[in-house]
Amino acid sequence: MQSVSSYVLSATGIDKIFPGARALNGVDFSLARGEVHALLGENGAGKSTLIKCLTGAYRRDGGRILLDGVDVDPHNTLEAQKLGIGTVYQEVNLLANLTVAENLFLGRQPRRFGLVDARAMNKQARALLSEYDLDIDVTAELSAFSVAVQQVIAIARAVDLSGKVLILDEPTASLDTHEVAMLFRIVRRLKERGLGIIFITHFLEQVYEISDRITVLRNGQLVGTRETAALPRRELIAMMLGRELVQEVGEAKHSETKAPGEARFRFRSFGRKGHIQPFDLDVASGEVVGIAGLLGSGRTETAEILFGAERADSGTAQADGRTLDLSSPRAAIREKFGFCPEDRKVDGIVGDLSVRENIVLALQARRGWARPISRSEQDRLADHYIKALDIRTSDREKPIRLLSGGNQQKAILARWLATNPEFLILDEPTRGIDVGAHAEIIRLIETLCENGMSLIVISSELEELVAYSSRVLVLRDRAHVAELTGEEVTTNAIIEAIASAHEGRPA
Amino acid sequence: MNPRYLPLTATVAIFLIAYAVCIAQYPNMLSTRVIGNLLTDNAFLGIAAVGMTFVILSGGIDLSIGAVIAFTGVFLAVLLQSTAIHPLVAFALALIITTAFGAIMGAIIHHLEMPPFIVTLAGMFLARGMAFVLSIDSIPIKHPFYTTLKSFYYVLPGGGRLTLIGGLMLVVFLVGILIAHRTRFGADVYALGGGTATARLMGVPIGRTTILIYALSGFLAGLSGIVFSLYTSAGYSLATVGVELDAIAAVVIGGTLLTGGSGFVAGTLIGILIQGLIQTYITFDGSLSSWWTKILIGLLLFAFILLQKALILLSDRKRRHA
Repeated sequence: MQSVSSYVLSATGIDKIFPGARALNGVDFSLARGEVHALLGENGAGKSTLIKCLTGAYRRDGGRILLDGVDVDPHNTLEAQKLGIGTVYQEVNLLANLTVAENLFLGRQPRRFGLVDARAMNKQARALLSEYDLDIDVTAELSAFSVAVQQVIAIARAVDLSGKVLILDEPTASLDTHEVAMLFRIVRRLKERGLGIIFITHFLEQVYEISDRITVLRNGQLVGTRETAALPRRELIAMMLGRELVQEVGEAKHSETKAPGEARFRFRSFGRKGHIQPFDLDVASGEVVGIAGLLGSGRTETAEILFGAERADSGTAQADGRTLDLSSPRAAIREKFGFCPEDRKVDGIVGDLSVRENIVLALQARRGWARPISRSEQDRLADHYIKALDIRTSDREKPIRLLSGGNQQKAILARWLATNPEFLILDEPTRGIDVGAHAEIIRLIETLCENGMSLIVISSELEELVAYSSRVLVLRDRAHVAELTGEEVTTNAIIEAIASAHEGRPA
Repeated sequence: MNPRYLPLTATVAIFLIAYAVCIAQYPNMLSTRVIGNLLTDNAFLGIAAVGMTFVILSGGIDLSIGAVIAFTGVFLAVLLQSTAIHPLVAFALALIITTAFGAIMGAIIHHLEMPPFIVTLAGMFLARGMAFVLSIDSIPIKHPFYTTLKSFYYVLPGGGRLTLIGGLMLVVFLVGILIAHRTRFGADVYALGGGTATARLMGVPIGRTTILIYALSGFLAGLSGIVFSLYTSAGYSLATVGVELDAIAAVVIGGTLLTGGSGFVAGTLIGILIQGLIQTYITFDGSLSSWWTKILIGLLLFAFILLQKALILLSDRKRRHA
């Protein structure tokens, strides 16, 4: 273990609280000089929140950040940059309409007689980029170059400005293999220069290729920090999906899953190029089918294609032997499908509308705006679901944004239940809500299933998935790679399926 | 060729072709007299359009400049009529007022996060109203200093006159080009037009730059008002209605993207000259209605917007395949 003084950055006990949810809970993180430190976790685990606390984009609610052994408290990203912490995002944060040189030197252009000395600036830009083996026309607009080159330019700027800590946030998400190799060459060179590099990604191969240590976050908590070389892939996946293998033994299912009846919904080689490879899926009424996989494995894509948010370009969908029209969400709603999306803030709630208005939204949309639901009917529906789902709100007219995350989630669930769906897709129903609310949502899922509804639940909480699913589909690289049924449905088996799929592929 | 130069090249080409067509029909138009008049007649519009170029480059819009020009004219006329102060002092006062006016609009746009369209629309009504408060009549300016200023001109070979205000417009364009392309402020203006959020992350002082941009536009509108009062020797609160739209047209025809971030100050000069040329042609023809100017400007504007759209689509496609 390195001594404390060799850390360029060390954060201890970082807390960040958002209304309704604790995004970070006493997280420790340290970064040594000349180290590539991978920061891993599923969506909503707290990776970006931690990064934003380090770079001053968020103000932390507790904890200390030491940079070179000195307490720092950056108020914004600019201040962090001046202190020595530079960040490069997946979405390159440079200006596409300026030249490469202008992007590199914006705000610190060399001047002669008070005027910008373009010649000197271009010369310095060329010199700077040559350190990165980049020989390009620095007077061309940034938009003329590929994302990979823009990425390198962004890194060059960040390192030139900051020079102590470099944060790479999903830098490889839109790069091809060749470009990733180029980027990694640069990362290794910066590492030799003694920079501390934080690397965020969801490509595990890349983590093993480049990183020295790995820190895993889950639900805003630190799961652990390990040496990459001493951490088998299988164990890493277990850390990310939240199950220590030791605890695995003797796991019992919460509810006895009754044997599913005849398949009611049948999907045959259903898929869409570039989104999800064709898959077969049968769902009986009253059955819960879980979908598991790592981030980016095609979970949400599966949900979107089932709901018509992305149109399938192959395969068929049938219910009770009748072909379904799933060409658009509207058509899917008409077929009595429902979909609670993953990010309720973006795709789900309408924050300024009341709880009542949010609940009746989907039902009203299905009826068409020409036939409004009467106010008394709306009140009845809202009151019914507020009571049935135990949505904690002072009254049904309260703007929904004032509710806690769990209650917002229940309101969205109510929205779809009000349409009386026969096939309901829940994408991460327990994401970002309190642990107490988790249990309630799970109970709700079980009740729905007993009432004969067919459910698809996507979740990165494996214990939850195991608790209510009678079958679990495992996804990897946008394809369905395994299906676990009955007794096979254990967190251990799911992790095994994901990991073996990973190892089965040359890194 | 670098695609960023394409709109400017198109503008220059259109100007040269149009001028050639004019000369083919009326050989007299190839004279320094015509060119001298072109500069003099469009001096006030050109000066205001330089300010508008900066505003549009930053992704904003300034609808107040026509009203500010009229206000400046009335302000000068009233001041020179009712007091004994020297016109130069009056000019300085006018410029201070209009610059502060622009700066305040910029501050409101930045600090209250209001759309520039609304803020400068309010500014337009305010300035126009203030002009009416000062006087509803057209007030002639008979100060001897005005006569002196108007007597300054440089005789071009061929007998054309480069007047003081025509020359001033050229100077303003030169300074504008220098500011846009050779100062950090200029780079910040382009950065703002490229995206405020990104510009902020890259350390551009958003607030200061926004306020300076609108202050510059206000200052140049004031200068344009002074030039207009020299040009007409009068101040009238109903003058220069819609000049901000002519300025916007000149900027867009000059190849600046209305969405900001791309364009050249020099292009605006060509945009002004194209508008002036169409007007001159109609004067030479004698039988055409002067509304043909507006129709042709409208068609040109439309063509340029299509060109810009095509360019954006093209560069997007190229980037996707890169």
